[in-house]
Amino acid sequence: MRDSEMRLEPSEPTGRRAFLSKALPAFVPLVALLQSGRSEQSQKEAAKQGETRSYRASQHDYAMGVDPSRCIGCGQCAEACKTENDVPEEPFYFRTWIERYSVHSDRETVVSSPNGGIGGFPAVTERGVLRTFFVPKLCNQCANPPCVQVCPVGATFKTQDGVVLVDSSYCIGCRYCIQACPYGARFMHPVTHTAEKCTFCYHRIVKGHVPACVEVCPTQARIFGDLKERASPLMRFRRQNAVQVLKADLNTEPKVYYANLDGEVR
Amino acid sequence: MNQQTSRLLVVFGVMIGALLTARHFLVPKTFGKLGHYRAAAVDVVAANKAKYAGKEACAPCHDEIVQTHDTHRHISVTCEVCHGAAAAHIDAPTEVKLRAPRERGQCPLCHGYNPSRPTGFPQIDPATHNPAKACISCHNPHAPEPPRTPEACSACHGGIAREKAVSPHASLECTECHQVDKQHKVTPRLSTPTKPASREFCGRCHATGAKSAPGIPKVDLATHEERYVCWQCHYPHSPELK
Repeated sequence: MRDSEMRLEPSEPTGRRAFLSKALPAFVPLVALLQSGRSEQSQKEAAKQGETRSYRASQHDYAMGVDPSRCIGCGQCAEACKTENDVPEEPFYFRTWIERYSVHSDRETVVSSPNGGIGGFPAVTERGVLRTFFVPKLCNQCANPPCVQVCPVGATFKTQDGVVLVDSSYCIGCRYCIQACPYGARFMHPVTHTAEKCTFCYHRIVKGHVPACVEVCPTQARIFGDLKERASPLMRFRRQNAVQVLKADLNTEPKVYYANLDGEVR
Repeated sequence: MNQQTSRLLVVFGVMIGALLTARHFLVPKTFGKLGHYRAAAVDVVAANKAKYAGKEACAPCHDEIVQTHDTHRHISVTCEVCHGAAAAHIDAPTEVKLRAPRERGQCPLCHGYNPSRPTGFPQIDPATHNPAKACISCHNPHAPEPPRTPEACSACHGGIAREKAVSPHASLECTECHQVDKQHKVTPRLSTPTKPASREFCGRCHATGAKSAPGIPKVDLATHEERYVCWQCHYPHSPELK
């Protein structure tokens, strides 16, 4: 049928289909040329990376366990984090911090975190406090991270080993990720004006060390490990404790597991 | 092929070519290799320099202290908790020295009493626990020992000890005024310590002619309420300041 139409109007081979079928093949060599150049380059880079370190990111999936019943609120973790990662000293920039929950008998819960817990907490003196305890907080390194979903330029991402990082040379500083994080774990760096967050001390863990906060925690309230390694302290922590995550209802699938968490903790 | 089609093809070709060229130069090289991000950024983050060296780094030089430390109760308190980030010291051991906090403020960061701390964690009240005395004069931070009971009078008489510690009598040992038999620690109520029986006992420091420091308050024992022994009116563990 179509053939007959073509024959009837030979000087008009228009129609979307006809145009595309002719036009598309013309671009295939161009695209292929560009792509081949890029893939060669990326292969070279990958080879170079392989030389510098024999680390295989796809073989790891990092996570952390936190036991609030061991936390003594000394603030060493928050302080070590600032030292290790050059986080600004001002008391509003934290990659990790400690919160103190004071549950009052009139059902009111007061959460405080003076300077993120650095330098310790003043003793609770008011009356009518039912129970009071410390909870270390940090980026939950979600398996389903809202901050990554909202980034308009792909400057924040989840690595193959399950850590959410920020590409600060690519970040445009729009603050969308800071709004999106349900855990308040992100902040805007006052000098670079790019988003900042906990990296699980990525530069340490790829070399086999634990994050700085875990290194200095005097009571082992923080446990770091690899979910793909069965015989890791973290997997033992998950077996031995009733673990929960923060704001599980948001389906962010956090990878910071809290043991025996009080119901008041948000 | 008619004229319009060939012109359109040229226009489309130029546009798509320009797009691809722009994309080639604007999109970072490693973008999309591992996902919707610049793969090279992972290496940038991974290349950051660590400032905390980790516990294992200390042992090669400080093996004796590490061994002492690792066989005592502070085993989970790594070196860098008190001594600070050590990577710079390991790179240049003689130039960069780490802090060794000897002042009183360091230990209460963990061991100061705070109701929010977990029950059972060893805590003291820095205001009343041997005030003005450095923690390390009694406790070895590399080999801390839990308090033994009854180690001193304060193990049982904590209230009195705390009161005395902030009083002008803080420097006096309990045994200065009380004679305590060894049996008192075994059967406290069957062997009670003594109390000063005479006014002259306090008078050794507080009588008008006494050879004691000028700041110590003095009274004339002959005329000052001679019916009573001093401690009937003055509480020696917390005497009036003026």
